[in-house]
Amino acid sequence: MTGVERVTGSSTGRAADTARGAMPVVQARDLTRDYSFGKERVHALRGVTFDIADGDYAAIVGPSGCGKSTLLNLLGAIDHPTSGSVIIRGTDVAHMQDREATSFRLRNIGFVFQRFYLMPTLSARENVELPMAEAGVAKAARTARARELLEYVALGHRERHRPSELSGGEQQRVAIARALANRPAILLADEPTGELDARTGAEIIALFGRLNRDGTTLIVVTHDEELAGTAKRKIHMRDGVIVDG
Amino acid sequence: MRFALAWSSLRRHATRTLLATLGVAVAAAMLLDMVMMSTGMRESFRSLLLSRGFQLRLAPNGTLPFDTDATIENTSGIIAFLRRNPDVTTISPVLGGTIHVSRGNREITSAALGVDTRVQGDYELLSGRDPAAPNAIVANDDFFRATGAHIGDTLTVSTGYDAETRVFSSSLRMVLTGRVRFLYGAANQLATAMQLATLQELGGPSRKNDASLFMIRVRDGANVEQTRAWIEVRLPAVSVISTETALAQVDKRLSYFRQLAVILGSVSLFVGFLLVTTLVTVSVNERIGEIAVMRAIGISRAHVVQQIVLEGVAISVIGAAAGLLLGLATGRYLNGILSSFPGLPQAIDFFLFQPKSAWTALGLLALSGIAAGVYPSFRAASLPIATTLRQEAIA
Repeated sequence: MTGVERVTGSSTGRAADTARGAMPVVQARDLTRDYSFGKERVHALRGVTFDIADGDYAAIVGPSGCGKSTLLNLLGAIDHPTSGSVIIRGTDVAHMQDREATSFRLRNIGFVFQRFYLMPTLSARENVELPMAEAGVAKAARTARARELLEYVALGHRERHRPSELSGGEQQRVAIARALANRPAILLADEPTGELDARTGAEIIALFGRLNRDGTTLIVVTHDEELAGTAKRKIHMRDGVIVDG
Repeated sequence: MRFALAWSSLRRHATRTLLATLGVAVAAAMLLDMVMMSTGMRESFRSLLLSRGFQLRLAPNGTLPFDTDATIENTSGIIAFLRRNPDVTTISPVLGGTIHVSRGNREITSAALGVDTRVQGDYELLSGRDPAAPNAIVANDDFFRATGAHIGDTLTVSTGYDAETRVFSSSLRMVLTGRVRFLYGAANQLATAMQLATLQELGGPSRKNDASLFMIRVRDGANVEQTRAWIEVRLPAVSVISTETALAQVDKRLSYFRQLAVILGSVSLFVGFLLVTTLVTVSVNERIGEIAVMRAIGISRAHVVQQIVLEGVAISVIGAAAGLLLGLATGRYLNGILSSFPGLPQAIDFFLFQPKSAWTALGLLALSGIAAGVYPSFRAASLPIATTLRQEAIA
């Protein structure tokens, strides 16, 4: 394992994947998700099926309300589908109980959000350490890894700074480092450049490209054409279904 | 990390947290005072009663000691009779009365106790000598201040003032031999003590062999209640009060205080609980997006609950610790006011500090802190993650 892989890759997932051969890292099958608003029933997803291979970089694009974020939530095991299955590295996460799903997310899924959502009272390094602390990583080991990750996102010199002392782009890079803390199988990002100006947005786009080149599997929901353009694959959605990709 | 997160989230709105903590401190102080008051008076009275080791007190039938002017006749006969019980080791007769002392053109009225100086348990000598001679008298500081007298002065002590003839029935020249502190004296009360026989003499023929009270010490290991029953059966003219029965009487008389303490203490606890619940709920509502993200990145429900409960407990415990000091200060101040209550022994502490009281108050507040965190932590832990994140994004 190279130094960069050590920072970004999922060592356990990769070993398991090697054992299973060419099995996709994500398999979504006939996913539907309905919401009830009073008597009205909204079909946010109407049977979505696709695979994401290990090392892939997919951008899910489409107009607002087409079901992109709903799909990402199902892939991230923070929501349950009405029907269908989501299999990540051979584990069906669609109908897991909360405790199991939480533990799965902690170790297998990295999240990056539009609004960063760093803990404002913790420093950049402590924010990155948070998921590792939850996973029971020893203090010295998690501090070392947090520093390594912050170096990777070019924020090694800002480790003691709190989010309020960082720019939007820097905060998003800390959020990315946090998402990579427990070496997840996939990194899910929901509009990661949505709150950034063009220049800092470009930095994040470049970072995603680098992450993918270093072995991270990425699924990004975005309206940002530039970001979608850097992905290896575009999944177009409309009215709760995949229309292309 | 849980402690660090809980602590840092409290520090995020330092002023708000400080104000809430002060509110809890006030509630804690009141709770502590109420707990101290509900148990303090009883314990203080108990130590006062037992301070000189007398476990039994004989008063005129149907009365409490010095509750009325009634007296017990045939003091010497009663003493002789009590000595027949081998468990009785010490008998201290006391006669209460009123004396008048002439100072210049003023007549100063004071309470007086006639005692057996060898076994008395009513005062402690601060300076000078006990009134061992028949014409000796000792007095408390209030008496010295009011009369302007000094140890060694000779006073004209009179009793039995007749308002019609404007004369006293008895007068005696007495020497002030000592300065004393009366254990059961009320605040600002002028009080003196002299030989029992002297006060009986001053009281005239009707008081010749009278006592208001007998204090009795029984030997170590003897059954006090058995001795009490033995005396009560054989001396129907007296009420025999053991420390325990006296405490029961006190309990009965002070039950209003205790009820008040319980009600006010409960209100304080509830106010503290509401304050902490409100603060933690507001704090959770403000951080709802953060909490949803914590859950999304794999932070467990248990962790979220613990963090929020810790916040409630931290406010409660810090507030309670500050409240402990505040409660002690206010208790001391209030004690000063209540100790001046007419007719009550000044030595009684209404707000007696006992470590148990402090632990009780702290424990109750810590529990209320945990309870205060239950609702907001339950709310935070049960957030639908995806829906919350969507609502936050829209907001």
